[in-house]
Amino acid sequence: MVRTGGGLLVSLAVIVGGILLASLRVNLYFYFAGYVVLQYVVVATAWNILGGYAGYVNFGTSAFFALGAYTAIFLIEAFRAPLPVLILAGGLVSGLLGLGIGYLTLRLKGVFFSIATLALSVVLQTLIMNWDYVGGAKGVTVIRPGSPLFGNWVRLLFTVMVGLAVAAVTVAWIIERSWVGRGLRALRDSEEAAECMGVPTLRLKLFATTISGFLLGVAGAPFPYYVTYVEPSSAFNLDYAVNALAMPMIGGTTTWIGPVIGAVLLGTAQQVATVTISSELNLLIVGVVLVAFVVLAPEGIVGLVRRPRGR
Amino acid sequence: MFSWDLLANAVVAGVLLGGFYAAVSLGVSLTFGLLDVVNIAHPAFVILGSYAAYAMNSSFGLDPILTGMLLTPLFYVLGAAVYQVYYASFERRGEESLRGLVFFFGLLFIIEVSLSLTYGVDYRLVEAPYIGKSIELGGVGVAVRLLVPFAVGLAMTLALHLFLSRTFYGRAIKAVSQDRLALRLMGANPVRIKTIAFGIGIAAASLSGALLVTIAPVVPSTDRDYIGRVFAIAVLGGLGSIGGTLVAAIILGVAESLMATFFGPSWSLAVSFGILLLALAVRPTGLFGR
Amino acid sequence: MVGGRLEVEGLTKRFGGFTALNGVSLDVKSGERFGLIGPNGSGKTTLINCVSGALSTDGGRIRFEGRDITAIPAHQRTRLGVVRSFQIPKPFISMTVLENLVIPLEYAAGARAERADCAAEAMDILRTIGLESKAHTRPAGLTQIEMRKLELARAMAAKPKLLISDEAMAGLSSGEVDDILTILFRLNERGITIIMIEHIMRAVMRFSERIIVLDAGEPIAEGTPNEIVRNSAVEKAYLGE
Repeated sequence: MVRTGGGLLVSLAVIVGGILLASLRVNLYFYFAGYVVLQYVVVATAWNILGGYAGYVNFGTSAFFALGAYTAIFLIEAFRAPLPVLILAGGLVSGLLGLGIGYLTLRLKGVFFSIATLALSVVLQTLIMNWDYVGGAKGVTVIRPGSPLFGNWVRLLFTVMVGLAVAAVTVAWIIERSWVGRGLRALRDSEEAAECMGVPTLRLKLFATTISGFLLGVAGAPFPYYVTYVEPSSAFNLDYAVNALAMPMIGGTTTWIGPVIGAVLLGTAQQVATVTISSELNLLIVGVVLVAFVVLAPEGIVGLVRRPRGR
Repeated sequence: MFSWDLLANAVVAGVLLGGFYAAVSLGVSLTFGLLDVVNIAHPAFVILGSYAAYAMNSSFGLDPILTGMLLTPLFYVLGAAVYQVYYASFERRGEESLRGLVFFFGLLFIIEVSLSLTYGVDYRLVEAPYIGKSIELGGVGVAVRLLVPFAVGLAMTLALHLFLSRTFYGRAIKAVSQDRLALRLMGANPVRIKTIAFGIGIAAASLSGALLVTIAPVVPSTDRDYIGRVFAIAVLGGLGSIGGTLVAAIILGVAESLMATFFGPSWSLAVSFGILLLALAVRPTGLFGR
Repeated sequence: MVGGRLEVEGLTKRFGGFTALNGVSLDVKSGERFGLIGPNGSGKTTLINCVSGALSTDGGRIRFEGRDITAIPAHQRTRLGVVRSFQIPKPFISMTVLENLVIPLEYAAGARAERADCAAEAMDILRTIGLESKAHTRPAGLTQIEMRKLELARAMAAKPKLLISDEAMAGLSSGEVDDILTILFRLNERGITIIMIEHIMRAVMRFSERIIVLDAGEPIAEGTPNEIVRNSAVEKAYLGE
């Protein structure tokens, strides 16, 4: 109980800190870049609930993210829905897709599952590209409503993302420490043995895919207001898929802190590199670092810290 | 509006496209189907082959397909080296499946971004005497730039089939996938056999990349369009069956071509991924599964 | 009351055109030590996969303690008390030996109480099986026999009424085989019904009260070890005509 209370306190402190930061009014670019890093904290954490805890590698992260974003676009176009509604709806729709891919795990294990998620992402992108109401292939411009909190949209979105990041990490933290987390770990090691030891593997997998999908949708829902112009190729960007798995892999996939470390390090590095070098080169760095880590440090930074001498 | 001419044209173009798709997928059928190595970076090696052909073509005016053939030894070595890294880092430790997958995903990304850095993101194309020409076959116009890759694709399929069924190393590759004991009795080292097979897979990828660039201009991110196609074909073809790969490739080519003709090109990519999803969900062992 | 009665009635399983099990029936009584033997490919593993729920069936019924379990998922069968061990051990490799036991204690034995209690109970089980010194190591560091013991210990943690031991002794030395047999005898004395699938004849013959012989998906003989040894059909199945 003490630890749960402590965790709650930390979460609150981070949120309050975020609000304070937003009212500080430092250079606007700080919030702009900070938003992206925090968004990656949510994305990496969400990916890791399925990929790290349950061992099902999702290559279609961009599909879930984009679905959240496009749900928001639809609701903005149709009802001018407010931001909290967009976030919730984006999460729910992506969560539903997550439930769908959860049932795929009945037939598809390991590699086949991963390939299927990649395929799903392309099919969804094609559907969106041919759906003119949300802009089709040309994309759509989103107009932000006037006078937001904190007097500025970027600052508002930054604060919202702080809250979402805290929420996502908290969810991961709770799952990891609960019997659900232990069950997921068992099925990651051996699905057959887990089922035979009484673990309801299907139910746990459905839970993991749904929560993971929900959080990815949540991360994508504020995206239209952040960029104000959304086209399928930006929302379905493969970079999300690569970052979503690179960050936990680099940080460490077995604990909640791994994706956070990975997202903050890699996300910040990319933001800095985009300004100082070029966006292409920073992607190259992501790829090289990812490959280096899977080859040399399979348990990520967390693993390196825990066992400095290795095995 | 429906017309028989349009249909005939679409089917012929689809079959030709299918022959080329077979060439692109052969490597995956070999590495994924027979060796269980999920080289998701295969399409990136295809595009690398395209750019190699483009570079030689634009600098020295060399024929792209000839270049592709000349460069296969180089890509064979590259492939063998990649497999050695993969083996040492993942297979030997027995943790190949997920981390190995991420390894190849990272490799795909590195190749793609490196190409963007070197050549930019503009479309690149090659010049050859047969590009742009077209011949008449039974009332249907056939583009020669499709016909040549189709022919080369068929030749590659046949060559690989003969290699696997007639040569010592070919039979050893098949044995790796089925019966390790038989392999040991043949006196062959599985790692060596897999290295050879992987090298051949990448060499085939590079040659098919040269075919690709004669068919249509490429950008570094073209590889993404082929991830779904090659795995759809490999799965549909029954993982490791070379004949099955050809049939599956032609089915996919025709389906895409029909889709593009009657519903618009923006839908054609969804066909391959849709078929892949369906194949995975309904019959993971493919049409000609073992 | 001793539980664990398993009734299998006309069980059929096909893979494509191949019939792996053709109307197999058997009745394992509460507290019995039951042997299941047969040549390779005779359907033994398929049979226990169907009983444990890893495979669906194409016909027939499976009843456990009078309750029809033919259609319920594997993890629920485990919770009812039908527990199996694997021929090739499948430990949870990222966990310590102790944690391996906590999973079934938490999930199958319905002890979703305090983790500390689970750990203490897991330790008890490890002690009875002689694995307590390895409690905090990962399975990767275990020897062959220790791996088999972990497999059995984990099955015990699921609180079985019926334990299906799938070739728990393959590849062990004769001293080690005796070790495992002692453990299984002790479990049986506690009232656990045991089905033993085994190739090591010495072990099955010594352990079983009753044996059934499968060949090509059908039972060809049933009886006490002595009757089985003298059965000519069995000899034929094993040695060919």
